[in-house]
Order: sequence, then structure tokens, then C-alpha cells
Amino acid sequence: MFSGFMLNAWESGTLVAIVAGIVGFFVVLRGSAFPAHAIPNGAFAGAAGANLIGINPLLGLGLFSLLAALGIGSWGRRGRPDVVTALALVLMLALGAAFLSQSSAYEPEIYALLFGEILGVSSAQLVPLVVLGAICAIVIAVLYRPLLVTSLIPDVAAAHGMSTTTIDTTFLIIVAMATTMTVPVVGALLIFTLMMGPPAAARSLSSRPSLALGLSVVIALGVMWASIASAFQWNWPVGFFVGTYSAIAYAIARLISLRPTTRTRTLYRAHTH
Amino acid sequence: MRFLFAPGFASSGPVHVALALGAMVAIVSALVGVFTVVRSQSFAGHALTDVATAGGAGAGYLGVNALAGFVVGSLAGGVAMETIGVQRVRSRDVATGIVLGAATGCSALFFYLEANTGSTTGSTQRILFGSLFEVAPGTLPVVGLLGVATVGALVCIGRALLLSSVSPEMATVGGIATRSVSVIFMLTLAVSVGLSSVAIGAILSTALLIGPAASALRLARTMRGALVLASVLGVVATSLGVLLAYDSYNWSSRHAPLPVSFFVVVIVVATYALTYVPVLRRRAMTGRS
Repeated sequence: MFSGFMLNAWESGTLVAIVAGIVGFFVVLRGSAFPAHAIPNGAFAGAAGANLIGINPLLGLGLFSLLAALGIGSWGRRGRPDVVTALALVLMLALGAAFLSQSSAYEPEIYALLFGEILGVSSAQLVPLVVLGAICAIVIAVLYRPLLVTSLIPDVAAAHGMSTTTIDTTFLIIVAMATTMTVPVVGALLIFTLMMGPPAAARSLSSRPSLALGLSVVIALGVMWASIASAFQWNWPVGFFVGTYSAIAYAIARLISLRPTTRTRTLYRAHTH
Repeated sequence: MRFLFAPGFASSGPVHVALALGAMVAIVSALVGVFTVVRSQSFAGHALTDVATAGGAGAGYLGVNALAGFVVGSLAGGVAMETIGVQRVRSRDVATGIVLGAATGCSALFFYLEANTGSTTGSTQRILFGSLFEVAPGTLPVVGLLGVATVGALVCIGRALLLSSVSPEMATVGGIATRSVSVIFMLTLAVSVGLSSVAIGAILSTALLIGPAASALRLARTMRGALVLASVLGVVATSLGVLLAYDSYNWSSRHAPLPVSFFVVVIVVATYALTYVPVLRRRAMTGRS
């Protein structure tokens, strides 16, 4: 389980989980679930386009996820953000469908881009993963406070002269970078799952930002490792386990966090009746 | 005329089916879409297509009717989102995201299992992107029937739904059960999305749900006007898309036609972008940046 090609899977999976845990924490905090879903899906179209003209798929992924981030960030301010995100998403998917109709990409390639092929990661693919992952982590470390303040108390941030819109767009660009590095490994559909389930679970366990951020990374790592081990054991797609384990992690966290809340509610009822 | 209508367009059977089905789905999606946009539930509307896809993939693997798989999958997803969803928009999006993640995991498994049993090929692409030209004429009546049921449900709850979307407090004061209304709308949305994603694919489903409705809401002054305009825009975009996709067979020497979804989406997004032109022009005239 820990030899040869599996070693690459463990290493890339660990990197992806750390980045997803960190970036995902802010995705959940800022309520950017829809853009975080739209950007990887749009990036998929970029890979299809790169495939069509015969260049490195990473270039296509990067370009399209960046365009998606900038488009959603700038246009979303003028209209309804959710409408703009939905339209940006379908526009990119439609471009992807058009690229695919003109190229001869066959079924397994499409499946891999959507659902990932972590067991097929080569050592050469690890390099961009490390570089982009490090950039993401550094940018988030630098912007940690502004990101937190604009997410939690936007009025205070505005009063201090922080530009919410600049931070918004910068954050979407970080999501785009995280997408570019992770889509070849876990696929467009599942990076979203990993940026959603573990951070949401962590958020319902702790309201202290730094603790929740740490928990988010720990849970993401747990989900990722368990998924790789299960995929190796039962020979089913990694994506299925990532999706299932993320949902289970969230359900358990919600159950744990519900207990004190019900107690508070009973107290409240006892006092008011 | 030959340039616009490639030979055989008017007499082709698949074209008739595509036009009829496209128009039906476009109208139902536009009507449901207006309420979806007003309630800021675009994400749920889109996520349900992926959840429905999981249902469709599961049906494909088990060998049961695909339409049933799509609608059941979508309904189950809608119920799950409403169950964990909290009323605040942020938490609601997280709930949607969790359901969406679990569903895509299931799709990954079903597609994998189906590909391994080797019964069919190309199902990943077909289910995701759909093709109006490959619809069996038998699906028409079923889609029509469920479409009528969806619109009927909207007519029944329309007024209560609008009030509880725009002002939940007023609705509660007026004696409307906002929670039930929201659940009924979620189920209506789920059926409509399930239908449209089996008929025209996941991409077009979201495009026709959100695009025409969002444009109409920017242009029309009344709710009734928005509903009518959204339906018209949806039908026009779909018909034009079918026409252009049919024509595109002759555009390149390789005769690789572009997908219908591509044209419809481009038309829908361009329409929405055009609704901004009057605003930008007014700003330019008054000298604001």
C-alpha cells in the first residue's frame, strides 16, 4: 500500500488535503460555496480546450480558473452574485462541451478530469502541486486577518478602510490557484467536496477561527487518507470515498455540536414558559 | 434562406422532437427559474442537476428507467438540502454544498461501475452534456405531464411563495406557512430540474433555469411580465440553439457539429449581458463612471 505508484498518491493526496482544508475554511466562512464549485468546473473546460489545441492541460486549467475567478469577482458586484456565478459556470461548461465535440478525447480522459485519478499521479506532477500549494498557503497567511475580518464583520472592515471587493477578488484568485493544482489529482467535482465537507465540519465544532482552521486541515487529511486506503483496498474510485467520508464527517460534527444547543434551548424554554 | 435553414431542417424528425421538447422544458424552467432567482437559490437549482445526475447514473447502472432515476435523485437531494439547510443564505449554501459533494461521489462510483460492466459507453458525457437530438420521442408525453404538474404546483403556491420570498415577516403575519411553502417550492424545483437535466443535460438545465429568468427580472416591471418574458426568452434561445447546432454540421469540413447546449448557453448569457447596456449608457450620459 505504501510502495511505488502508491507513494505518489499518498504524497499528492496529503498536499491536496492541506490546501483544501485551508482554502476551504475560508470558502465556508465567506459563504463562497457556489463560486468554489463553479471555478473547478469551469477549469475543466480549460483542460478540454488545452487538449484540443495540444498544449499542457495545466495552462488551460490555470487560464480558465483565473478567468472564472475574475469574471465572478468583477461582474458579481454589479448583478446578483449567485446569478452571475451560475451563468459563468454554464458558459464555461458549454465551451468545454464545444471543445470536446471538436476533439477526439475519449471517455476515460473526461472521467479523470471530472473525478480525478489520484492513483495515476506521476512524480513530475508533484512539482507544480508543491509550488502552487506553497503560494496558496503563503498568500493566505499574509491575508489571514483581512480575510477573517471581511468575512466575519464586514461593517468593521469597511470602517477601517479595508476594501471588501479587493479581498473578495483576491480570495477567488486563491481558489483558482488551489483549483489548478488539485484538479489533475482529485478532479473538478471532488476538490469542491474536499473544500466543503471538512471545513464545514470544523466550523460546527469550534467557533474559534484558528482552532477551526486547524481542525479543518486535520479532518481533510483524515478524509483523504481514509479515502486513499479504502480505494486501494476495495478498488472503487477515490472520489466516491472522498464524497462519502466528507458527508459523514460533517454529519458527525453536526451531531456533536447539536448536543449543547438543545440543552441551551431547553434552558431557554424553561425560562420563558 | 438556405444559409439560415440548412437543407432538411424543417422535415427532420429529431429536429421536431428537439424543438418540441426544448420549448416545453424552456417554459417550465423559465417559470420555476423566476422564483429561484428571486429567492437567490441559483446554487440549489444548479446543485440539483448534479444530484439528479447521480440518480441518472445509478439508474443506468441498475438498468432502470433513466427519467425515474433523475427525478427520484433530484427529489431526494431537494429533501436533504431542505432538511439540513438553515434559513440564512450562507448556511443554506453550505448545506447545498455538502449534499452536492456526497452526490458527486456517488456519480463517480456509478459511472465507474457502469464503465466496468461494459454495457454502455459514452454515458458520462451523455448524462452531463445531454443532447436534444438524441431524445426518444417516447419521453415527450412524460416530460409534458410532469411539466404541467410543476406549473400547476407553482400556480397554487405562487402568491404565497412570492410574498414569503420577498418579505418572510409579512408572510408570517399574513398567516402563510413559510416553511411549508419553501419545502413545496424545493420539491417543485427538484422535479423541474430532474426533468430538464434528463431531457437536455445538466448544463442546459441550469442555463435555462437561471438565464432567461434573470434577464426577464431585470427588464420586466411586474412579476407577471417577468414570467411571460422569461418563457419567451427561454423558447427563443432554445429554438435558435437547435437551429444553429443543426446548421453547424456544415460549418467545418470535418462535419463535427457543435452541441446544442453551447449555442443555447451563449445566447442566454449574451442576453443577460445585454440587459446591462441601458444601465451603462445611462451612467455614461449622466457622467458617472
